[in-house]
Amino acid sequence: MANTIQKRKPTITEKIGESTGSMVQKTQESQIWNSIFRPGSIFRKGYTDSPRNRSYVIMNSVLYHLHPVKVKRHAVKVSYTLCLGGLSFFLFILLTVTGIFLMFFYRPTAAAAWSDIAALKTSVTFGLLVRNMHRWAAHLMVLSVFLHMARVFYHGAYKAPREFNWIIGIVLLTLTLLLSFTGYLLPWDQLSYWAVTVGTNMMGFSPVFGDSVRFVLLGGKQIGAETLLRWYVLHVLMLPFVIVIFMAIHFWRVRKDGGISGPL
Amino acid sequence: MTEIPEHLLKRSKSAKAKKAAAAGAEEASTEDTSKIPRALLERSRAAKAKAGGGDAGGGAPSGGGAAPVPAGPSGGGVATLAPPVALGPDGHTQRLLTVVKSGSIQDIKSKPVDKVHTWPHLLAAEFTAALFIMAFTLIFSIFINAPLLTLADANNTPNPAKAPWYFLGLQELLTMFDPMIAGVTLPGVVLVVLGMAPFVDKNPSNKPEDRKFMISLMTVHLMFWAVLTLIGSFFRGPGFNFTYPWDTGLTGIFHL
Ligand code: HEM
Repeated sequence: MANTIQKRKPTITEKIGESTGSMVQKTQESQIWNSIFRPGSIFRKGYTDSPRNRSYVIMNSVLYHLHPVKVKRHAVKVSYTLCLGGLSFFLFILLTVTGIFLMFFYRPTAAAAWSDIAALKTSVTFGLLVRNMHRWAAHLMVLSVFLHMARVFYHGAYKAPREFNWIIGIVLLTLTLLLSFTGYLLPWDQLSYWAVTVGTNMMGFSPVFGDSVRFVLLGGKQIGAETLLRWYVLHVLMLPFVIVIFMAIHFWRVRKDGGISGPL
Repeated sequence: MTEIPEHLLKRSKSAKAKKAAAAGAEEASTEDTSKIPRALLERSRAAKAKAGGGDAGGGAPSGGGAAPVPAGPSGGGVATLAPPVALGPDGHTQRLLTVVKSGSIQDIKSKPVDKVHTWPHLLAAEFTAALFIMAFTLIFSIFINAPLLTLADANNTPNPAKAPWYFLGLQELLTMFDPMIAGVTLPGVVLVVLGMAPFVDKNPSNKPEDRKFMISLMTVHLMFWAVLTLIGSFFRGPGFNFTYPWDTGLTGIFHL
């Protein structure tokens, strides 16, 4: 009688389970799979929770460029960093993604810019939502970078050996402000036009080069079609490129300077 | 933890075996287990006998790892052994001067640090933060639209014309100082002074209670800009003249 039980037909679920099992196994053994995931990658053989696999998650993935395998216990407490540096970085990524979306629908000319932005609302799916997210994330990023700087100061984290990273941070702050300011002009409405006029007028007051710097940045004596194109290129290409380089140095130095400062 | 190469392990094993065999052949003494070379033990016993004048054989150390350090004949504070009474093995005449514990001469730089795995402890927190900020931006953006006023017009200046909020502190300064100072010199000085902070502040401590002065300085500085920015944002009406927000209303609050 035991025989009949053993020879019972497998149910559908068992069959599916079996075939997916062997499919997973075949996939994991295939050359393609193994060429994508390096030896030791948790995707090669699957993840089970063990100290070794916890290390492998970092060590055998691209994350190793960003994080060490282990970090100080106090550094992972949200109450220490308030995650502000990380949030600045996430916001930058969010801004990149939404910004690329907006680039599909925007022409940086005095004739087209404003109507392209207006058209986001009426004729682009999710156009208004993405524009809103880009706008608010930009303001949030300025805010979080400011707060991050304050956090770093209050923790005395600018002291040796982190002096250089503090300087890099000040460059990042300046770049963040410039990114936000160049983007501000692009909608080409009364708000952006005059805010940028007021902002750049301040710059014109600097003693020696003030006027010429202003002239180069604006492409003329006052804001016009040339300014729009220049600031567009600065905003979508040059400043992001530069800030990414400085961020890379910034993150690298956080690790090389011995991880997060503290504990207090 | 360094791994000891196999060939070294083998070598030390065979050397030990050889030594044990040799010792066994000479005499089967109780001191075989001691890590201290026999020659030294004998020497110290002899020295003791000389100094104390008595039981040399009685108190042989049986298992301890520490070198026997008898009080010197002169009774000085430094732990030294008496000069050799007899020659050591192979006629050597070195003597053990003193035993120095490793901590007292080596500066051990890497102290153990309490660490946790990046995965999951840090990555999970980062992931949560990323989700949170994305959700926040999304929800905020569903309810509040980015401003889009009428097409830019160089001949129609709005009143007041304001810079973006993060420059309103500077614009506020412009109402008080010469533009040369307010628009350029002051922000420049602020950036340079901030950059110099790590080189001027020589206090190595990062504990708040040790840094009262610096913390107060920064707080006053931040408050200064925050107040200026708030005034510029909410207390400036037409002509950039002072108004109260309840007079003008906060209609433009999201004109950012
Ligand atoms: C685009 C802007 C920035 C990004 C994306 C960024 C990102 C980060 C991240 C992810 C960390 C790790 C610790 C944390 O999250 O707090 C960090 C640390 C640090 N940042 Fe930034 N940061 C930026 C701007 C700044 C600014 C403006 C300053 C200062 C002027 C600064 C100075 C530092 C210093 C000194 C550390 C080491 C802190 C410590 O060891 O406790 N950063 N940054």
